[in-house]
Amino acid sequence: MKVGILQFPGSNCDQDMFHVCSQVMGLQTTYLWHKNTSLESADLIILPGGFSYGDYLRCGAIARFSPIMRSVIDHAKDGGLVLGVCNGFQILCESGLLPGALVRNQNLKFICKPISVKVCNTNSPATLLAKTDSVLTIPIAHGEGNYQADDSTLADLETGGQVVLRYCDASGTTSSISNPNGSRNNIAGICSAMGNVVGMMPHPERCSESALGCSDGLVVFESYLECFSKSAALA
Amino acid sequence: MITPELIAKHGITPEEYEMIRGILGRDPNITELGIFSVMWSEHCSYKNSRPELKKFPTTGEGILVKAGEENAGVIDIGDGYAVAFKIESHNHPSAVEPFQGAATGVGGIIRDIFTMGARPIFLLNSLRFGDIRGDSVQARTNRRLFEGVVSGIAHYGNCIGIPTVGGEVYFDNSYNGNPLVNALCLGVLRHDQIRRGHATGAGNPVFYVGAKTGRDGLAGAAFASRDLTEESKNDRPAVQVGDPFMEKILIEACLELFAHPDAVVGVQDMGAAGLTCSTCETASRADMGIEIDLAKVPQREKGMTPYETMLSESQERMLIIVRKGREQVVRDIFAKWDLDAAEIGMVTEDGIMRVRDHGEIVAEIPAKRLADEAPIYFREASEPTPAPNFVLPQVPPVLASEALLRLLAAPSIASKRWVYEQYDHMVRVGTVVVPGSDAAVTRIPIETPEGLKYKHLASSVDCNGHYCALDPYVGGKIAVAEAARNLACSGARPLGTTDNLNFGNPHKPENFWQLRRAVEGVAEACRHFNAPVTGGNVSLYNQSPAGAIDPTPTVAMVGIIDDPAHITTQYFKGAGDEIWLVGALGEGLGGSHYAAEICGRKEGPCPVIDLAAESAVHAVVLEAIRQGLVKSAHDCSEGGLAVALAECCISGPSATVGATVELPAPSASLEELLYNESQSRIVLSVPATAATALQEMAHRHAVPVRKLGMTGGDALEITAGTHKVQGNCAEMQDRWAWSIGRIMGSHT
Repeated sequence: MKVGILQFPGSNCDQDMFHVCSQVMGLQTTYLWHKNTSLESADLIILPGGFSYGDYLRCGAIARFSPIMRSVIDHAKDGGLVLGVCNGFQILCESGLLPGALVRNQNLKFICKPISVKVCNTNSPATLLAKTDSVLTIPIAHGEGNYQADDSTLADLETGGQVVLRYCDASGTTSSISNPNGSRNNIAGICSAMGNVVGMMPHPERCSESALGCSDGLVVFESYLECFSKSAALA
Repeated sequence: MITPELIAKHGITPEEYEMIRGILGRDPNITELGIFSVMWSEHCSYKNSRPELKKFPTTGEGILVKAGEENAGVIDIGDGYAVAFKIESHNHPSAVEPFQGAATGVGGIIRDIFTMGARPIFLLNSLRFGDIRGDSVQARTNRRLFEGVVSGIAHYGNCIGIPTVGGEVYFDNSYNGNPLVNALCLGVLRHDQIRRGHATGAGNPVFYVGAKTGRDGLAGAAFASRDLTEESKNDRPAVQVGDPFMEKILIEACLELFAHPDAVVGVQDMGAAGLTCSTCETASRADMGIEIDLAKVPQREKGMTPYETMLSESQERMLIIVRKGREQVVRDIFAKWDLDAAEIGMVTEDGIMRVRDHGEIVAEIPAKRLADEAPIYFREASEPTPAPNFVLPQVPPVLASEALLRLLAAPSIASKRWVYEQYDHMVRVGTVVVPGSDAAVTRIPIETPEGLKYKHLASSVDCNGHYCALDPYVGGKIAVAEAARNLACSGARPLGTTDNLNFGNPHKPENFWQLRRAVEGVAEACRHFNAPVTGGNVSLYNQSPAGAIDPTPTVAMVGIIDDPAHITTQYFKGAGDEIWLVGALGEGLGGSHYAAEICGRKEGPCPVIDLAAESAVHAVVLEAIRQGLVKSAHDCSEGGLAVALAECCISGPSATVGATVELPAPSASLEELLYNESQSRIVLSVPATAATALQEMAHRHAVPVRKLGMTGGDALEITAGTHKVQGNCAEMQDRWAWSIGRIMGSHT
């Protein structure tokens, strides 16, 4: 599996993502510059966290117009794997690859801390190897991670099993108390109807090594590898 | 027309004006007067503090770039790698406009670091505010300043993607109206990547890169220019406006350019005094001249005068001296990042800083004399009246157990999670010990022939201004000792120090005496701990109508952990471990948080410090850590032994761990035994099997050591003779963890 990591001006988790994919996972990994259009035959496209274009105007609103995004949208429409983390999730929502929007945290402050999330869907390529209803500890770091969608979109996400991760407490209970930012239905991550596009606010790349105190995020990268190997075996 | 009023308005004395006339051989024009006024301001020239700063030790093993040589000092960390780090203040801008003031403070120090060729790795900060509690107008103002400063730091650091991994915040009413905002940045680089701010090679082109120049920050280093131009905007703030996104791409573009060492001759950021300082300093360092044309400077606003362009402190700008013939490399890289890169002049041989505007000469000053011949003042110093000594009332105001809860909730002691959870402290996947322990620990990736390796750095920033107010010499020593102690607790040995001297108006002999004595204390302790000063910053005139701030020589120390297995944190790890105190039980409540917080007395005497005893304690703790004996290590600081023990119980990331502690019957009072702030003390938890070895080490280093008790249970239970003090862990944690959040209205 070859991984392509998008670089927009203002991306700041691109090097972290590169490190985990190449050094920790041992995958062939390349950067993809926003002004280019080639995905360099990468199988998994990752939109990393950061403040693309300074997040001026609205998070992700400018990045969606980058030349590279046209190729990413084509890749997604062809069923290719796309993962957006934090600012990457915001860009995926802005570009219409995922429904809904991410708005200011309810407390109007940036929040950086490890948080519990419950795995609600183990069919998504990002959670294939996780156990259903298992609780992972993954850091969040965002000012605008409050997931909002209208009632019918939300109902579609729920009935279609598109909610991948939900904020919860250590025992897996989801409630307003375990909701850090005001997201509807405690949503921390979702996937597209086809399942191949995933967006999440928590940063799995920040907790994929025991040296950093937690490796709960590793299952995300291992799941992608598993997913890719399975589809390669089928093809 | 240069009138005496105009000269005075520029903060230039008649004697200084005569020096300027001597240098030029004529009267300066208005642009030249402005240039001299900023270069000869305290901020740029250290004219009041320079004789004192010479007392700092600045050399040592591993120092690759010394303090004062360049924008920041550089220290070797092995394997061909080095770190550049420096702390800098943005106190006055933050008092006027806390959000932008703090944000641009962070931006400025980051530029100092990547100017050296280093990739910025982490940030720390040290903040001071007046008391944030209560409904008074003053308390509300302090909360507004605190909230604004923290969000400004978060805004800049988070966006630029450099983690803020630690720091300290104190609250004391001496900082009413004059908060302190000191920010540190550390970067990493290979030895061969060190960049110098030298304009060498006559004929080499001078490039301006980054953001365009506007009128913002015009008053930054001198005074507001409103009566100098018809178009001056009266309400333009003196505070610069920061754009972290611009700086982020500027870092990436510059580091990409620096990978072409043959193309880059010299680099200098434009910070205080902007274009003025960067041009004359690069020329002066190389004994060369420099010539620029302001018409070629990218400008954000129309009709800026040469005076305004030269004195603007617009952010996110750099000056790069390029090797002739390699201009296209610069143009290509900056075009890739959609940044301005304008050739504005060239290096000359005549030693003159020559500024043109559309070809016409508007300033012509010998660069070296401008940069290096600022007047130096030897200020008068006199010792202020000492504070009275604290006497504990016969009947203390509250029970000792209630005092413990109140101390844990005191904003200076309480958890700073309300602060650091607003900072991205994990980006760059290097934060091994997150904020909330004695020192932050960051891993630094190193490319070696054998592949990727890591170096582990510990860093801590410390200063107890109250001690320094009681005795600046001892307080200065304690600030360094505490930083070194925090490093020892995390398993590190010191590499070097950077300091930020925050003091009142130096024209007041009492304030100058405090500066002098604090410098002497810091210098002596840095020498003792073999942690030379690699650079820093001086901020004087920290004064509100109520008087000067407590003298605050903030000390930041960076250390290295030789083996990641030695990384140690402050909280108890589980039940069944023995608790030991390395160091003495101590005595005296002078200068203590107990006296200030519980009894409302800011009184002395300052705790004493014996540097030899201090380093013996560090030696014991480091030896025990290196032998794998230590589960946790936490120093006793504000709030004394009882608060240190409580923090060991409640500051871990998961469940609390109680403790049962037995102390001897108090020789004076229970309060003194529990809450004295005697120095050179560290609380360890170790497995029972380690006790003998620990005692042997302590004996060998002639350090007192005492078993205090055992970990376990859900309360901290302290017995001292017939006294019993108990704190329920859940209650202590609730008070400590959420205190600041409650005060700031974000936690109920």
